[in-house]
Amino acid sequence: MALLSVRGLGVRYGNDVHALEGVDLDLDAGERLAIIGESGSGKSTLARAIAGLLPPAAKVEGSISWPELGRAAQNGRDIGFVFQDPASSLDPVMTVGDQVAEVAHVNLDMAWPAARRLAVELLDRVKLPEPQATAKAYPHQLSGGQKQRVAIAAAIVAGPRLLIADEATSALDTIVQAEIVSLIRGLADEDGMALLFVSHDIALAANLADTIAVFRHGRLVETGAAEPLIAAPASHYTRALLDAYLGLDA
Amino acid sequence: MSGALLEVGGLSKRFMRGGKRFTALDGVGFSIAAGETLALVGPSGSGKSTVARILLRLVEADAGSARFDGQDLLALRGSALRAVRAKLQMVFQDPQAAFNPRATVGRLLDDPLRIHGIVERAGRPKAIAALLERVGLAAELAGRAVHEISGGQRQRVAIARALATRPSLIVLDEPVSALDVLVRADILRLLVDLQRDDGIAYLFISHDLGAVRAIAHRIAIMDGGKIVEQGEARAVIESPVSATGRALVAATPELPRATENAS
Repeated sequence: MALLSVRGLGVRYGNDVHALEGVDLDLDAGERLAIIGESGSGKSTLARAIAGLLPPAAKVEGSISWPELGRAAQNGRDIGFVFQDPASSLDPVMTVGDQVAEVAHVNLDMAWPAARRLAVELLDRVKLPEPQATAKAYPHQLSGGQKQRVAIAAAIVAGPRLLIADEATSALDTIVQAEIVSLIRGLADEDGMALLFVSHDIALAANLADTIAVFRHGRLVETGAAEPLIAAPASHYTRALLDAYLGLDA
Repeated sequence: MSGALLEVGGLSKRFMRGGKRFTALDGVGFSIAAGETLALVGPSGSGKSTVARILLRLVEADAGSARFDGQDLLALRGSALRAVRAKLQMVFQDPQAAFNPRATVGRLLDDPLRIHGIVERAGRPKAIAALLERVGLAAELAGRAVHEISGGQRQRVAIARALATRPSLIVLDEPVSALDVLVRADILRLLVDLQRDDGIAYLFISHDLGAVRAIAHRIAIMDGGKIVEQGEARAVIESPVSATGRALVAATPELPRATENAS
């Protein structure tokens, strides 16, 4: 039974343009799925639709269901969401410990003292140095990579079944990006979390994901197991993305 | 190519950050020959953008020297500095942030031609059309507002604007980082073509070794305000000797090879 089942999903933001159209997609428990696309491909719209984060004005058709849960998933509790820019997803005037604790307080009905203790544990899990002290820090006192670790801690504190990372490493430099990807992979493995990794970087995705889904202009171009899809893509578009990839191999 | 076009030595800069002194640059030195591309590569905060800002005279260095085309770049003032700015141009990561969004493309290209007295008023429409053509854009784009065109087109306009004053060196600060994958490859190809045709030198600043490999002749790797390694591009990528160089190479994503598919 799939954890997540998307059928005929379409999203429109005005009357005319489809940000997403006719998308069918399944995700199993513990599966790592990469959503690949350029700007305007609809990849972020898909991530937000799944997490219930679309703006109220968005017109949605089709269905998003959670067969394994047997109910609608709730963002924060069943789904953890990590955005591209940690600076804008964190509250600048709240300590990072309290921001992680708040998610547990709200979603797990946990009293504040227990939620704060849990937050320190989570800051340790995402490998922030001196988690006790870091919990009392404000976002501006942390580096970009450290802020993204806090955002990840907040996303997983309630023990979600699915972690969605929407270009979560794109604003970071190459070295920090590799560290965050390895952290996300490790956390998903340890907790058996499914992962929806949204990225423009097909090589990064290929190294992380079991399955790749390529999007263009709001439509799913092709989907399949990562290695065969990279070795022999069915669509010209995926081929073009692979050819344009700037790696270190001559 | 006799001697260096740009010769930088002992560049140092400290900032105050949160009440503490922070060393942004600590004795940075490198040179760029005419028609050559040197990539400055390093993690965030390594100091690479501070180098660009000093060369463009947006911030003052605490110590060090920079000779450009035989002149002491860091001592120039007034009209001499303006004259050098025509020869030393820049392209930033996000041209949208650098341009007035309501200006037309034509206006953006007219500015440098007029300010530096490159072309008389009557000849400018033709010069603007020629610049657009050089960067692979249609002449009709001159009438469009900057906010109406795509990110890739905007970066082409930024390159055309830099070309307008016939520079011998362009500082490119993360020029393709914000672009889509397919557009990124096109812009790098355009830069390589322009260099081949005009012999322009580039200082290419990036954290992305993949993009650097596509354009750079030499690489200088920065960390903690210092150049920790410098050499021919292929050699640095194939066998980096510094810890930072090795970390950058290891962190750069690679497409899985067909031969590894069995794993």
